[in-house]
Amino acid sequence: MKYIDPHIHMISRTTDDYQRMAYAQCAAISEPAFWAGFDRGTAAGFHDYFRQLTEYEPRRAALFHIKHYCWLCINAKEAENVSLSREVIAMIPEFLSKPNVLGIGEIGLNKNTANEATIFQEHLDLAAKTNELILIHTPHLEDKYKGTRMIVDMLKNDPRVKPHRVCIDHVEEHTVKLALDGGFWCGMTLYPTTKCTPSRACDIIEMVGTDRIMANSAGDWGKSDPLAVPELIQEMKRRGHSEADIKKVVFDNPLTFWRQANNWKEWPPEPSLNGAVPQPVKAGY
Amino acid sequence: MNPLPAPRALEQFFLEARCKLLDLAGILDRVGRGADLDSLTADARTEKIHKALGILMSAAPNKAELIQKLFSLAYDPEWKRPSPRF
Repeated sequence: MKYIDPHIHMISRTTDDYQRMAYAQCAAISEPAFWAGFDRGTAAGFHDYFRQLTEYEPRRAALFHIKHYCWLCINAKEAENVSLSREVIAMIPEFLSKPNVLGIGEIGLNKNTANEATIFQEHLDLAAKTNELILIHTPHLEDKYKGTRMIVDMLKNDPRVKPHRVCIDHVEEHTVKLALDGGFWCGMTLYPTTKCTPSRACDIIEMVGTDRIMANSAGDWGKSDPLAVPELIQEMKRRGHSEADIKKVVFDNPLTFWRQANNWKEWPPEPSLNGAVPQPVKAGY
Repeated sequence: MNPLPAPRALEQFFLEARCKLLDLAGILDRVGRGADLDSLTADARTEKIHKALGILMSAAPNKAELIQKLFSLAYDPEWKRPSPRF
């Protein structure tokens, strides 16, 4: 089954991972801007990073026929440095018209500090001004519930925010309804120890249904699995869920969310088994 | 989305549950074998583990959600929000 991984940090993965993802029928990925494992000291460092996300990485993915999209921001961890964050946010518009940019992300909170909230709001200001989609990182472990509540407070406090253009990521059992009940999209991250397992993600889907929900690996430089989404597919098959339900979560939903992006171009239709070329699907927005 | 019938779910996940219970038992034994065990009685994490075990023994239909909340920091609805600009 073809799938999309809507959150994976390929700059920290090897080319072998692209090859294995292609073998597993990964059709497309999106790569949010994130923390590099150390705090960068200058806006110029982010400028180079954004060039990597918008110029180099799409070419590396294309070698394996995987479509590469990305999101731009300064992440919540480095947002603690407010002056650097403002320099980076001022630079983002230069990249927003690059063809693989889907929007602003992954913005959010890390330790739920006042500085992080200030920079989150300033990213929302930019997204409102440029009408971009928004991808949101929610904190880990004991900070997640409080941070997700704070993020939803800020989104609801901003009348410019359109919930159907926002995806709240890393939801788990105690936060998934905060996202869905607010009208937002949500993502479950399949990541060892600190986030969700494929089995628990399948439990969550059984409890909340398949609308406005997707799954990702968040594969990065930590111990993580770039094939976590195919593992969820296997888990859902093992429990007898229909192909249509599985495809909705791992392919249709992320694609529907992405199709709202300002730079979106429809994918060329693929020949069907009988050789007929289907008509392109028109974006619904 | 229909979950598996309960007997099939038990059949399918029994060994996994057994494995994870043994892992947890191993962790608790490991902690118990160490020196200074008495110092953990005042450790809030010890109390949380005990409360989580109580949730597992309950009939609540949302045990995972309850355990997530048990291990979460408190939320203050009156926190000072930044305001949108422009």
